[in-house]
Amino acid sequence: MNLDFSIVNWNLIQGFILKGLWFSVMLTVIATLGGIFFGTILALMRLSGKRWLDAPAAFYVNGMRSIPLVMVILWFFLLVPFIIGRPIGAEYSSIITFVAFEAAYFSEIMRAGIQSIPRGQVFAGQALGMSYSQNMKLVVLPQAFRNMLPVLLTQTIILFQDTSLVYAIGAYDMLKGFDVAGKNFGRPVEAYLAAAVAYFVICYSLSWAVKRLHKKIAIIR
Amino acid sequence: MLNMDWAVFCRDTLTGDVVAGCLGEGRDITYLNWIFSAWGWTVSVSLTALLLALVAGSLIGVIRTLPDSPWLVRFGDAWVELFRNVPLLVQIFLWYHVVPALIPPMKNLSPFVLVVCALGFFTSARIAEQLRAGIQALPRGQRYAGMALGFTTPQYYRYVILPMAYRIIVPPLTSESMNIFKNSSVAFAVSIPELTQYALQVGEETSRPIEIYLAVTLLYVISALVINRIMAFVEKRAQVPGFVAAGTGAGGH
Repeated sequence: MNLDFSIVNWNLIQGFILKGLWFSVMLTVIATLGGIFFGTILALMRLSGKRWLDAPAAFYVNGMRSIPLVMVILWFFLLVPFIIGRPIGAEYSSIITFVAFEAAYFSEIMRAGIQSIPRGQVFAGQALGMSYSQNMKLVVLPQAFRNMLPVLLTQTIILFQDTSLVYAIGAYDMLKGFDVAGKNFGRPVEAYLAAAVAYFVICYSLSWAVKRLHKKIAIIR
Repeated sequence: MLNMDWAVFCRDTLTGDVVAGCLGEGRDITYLNWIFSAWGWTVSVSLTALLLALVAGSLIGVIRTLPDSPWLVRFGDAWVELFRNVPLLVQIFLWYHVVPALIPPMKNLSPFVLVVCALGFFTSARIAEQLRAGIQALPRGQRYAGMALGFTTPQYYRYVILPMAYRIIVPPLTSESMNIFKNSSVAFAVSIPELTQYALQVGEETSRPIEIYLAVTLLYVISALVINRIMAFVEKRAQVPGFVAAGTGAGGH
């Protein structure tokens, strides 16, 4: 079999890939920010020590973590239109899905990060007369975020890879871009190879950057 | 939406008639028969891939810790980076569409084998990383003690290092085994008739997606729970009295 990579040129990238890459990146960024926001709420619920807050949060997190992401994507694509009462595009559905799904994973990272802060810090805050929310906002969370930054970023790289699974509902992400281009030009083999190289270059450089950051943080601490 | 119709599982897949007793015979199968066969595919893909991942992952994990073999270590590192930085779905497409096109003898392999390769090698990179961490978590003295006793390299790995390293990594291996069941769902993209493919196809065919998805989701959760219990049993049986795995001690970072 002869490979012909001449189809992978700027026209193809501009015509098929950039649109998908943009969506993949946007999905990753929104899901990360939203996931961190809701994940922090879930983590605080789980650490609140109150059963009526802890139990539903634990149910949600463990439930999300025991179902394959593809099934979660299919579920949301099925249920969200029912709940909001009108049809919804695959792209919007993916955004809602990934925020909800990543919140569960980020909350576990948050919980570990918060628990890594020595109890003495919390007691010191209390001794200074801080309220629970002040203590969390000013003492615990800033340190916890710093401790878990490398893990959070690694999870974001995994999230970027996972965005390719929106294939299940036909949303147009980077992989779909290569998929469509390969089929249009009758060169699927080259297109899939190019997709693998593109993902590898992006994810490898990101994980290299995270590794460097990890080293930097570790020295300061 | 809330009036569910569970009788959908008793319907014949060809005629759509409800079959008495819910299970068809011979060629007349019901959707209940079909979901069990789909579950079987999920389980067999996952377990075969897990086996491949354990073998390949152990091999790569070990060569990444070998002393005095920089090229083997580099090969192991490259393996891990390669399989970790490409999304699983892309890897499945590579095995399914690209590998048979580039390597003619692979053309005759069944989709099952190709998907098992994809899932197995993808997971092998993660297991290799865990095993490397497990081996490096052991005190260096263990390796030296083995050398001092005159063990060859394979011997001290076999009798000194690996027995402890594997015990250390049982918890991450547990989550990896559960992950492999979840990840097997990605095989839907290349038409392996496993649970997710079933959900997509039958959900559409019967116009009863909620019941179908609920059943499929339940089967995934049950699979994960069973694996979790089996690994907990393994962890308990393999425990060395008095030895606390490095990861579980004083909560580090």
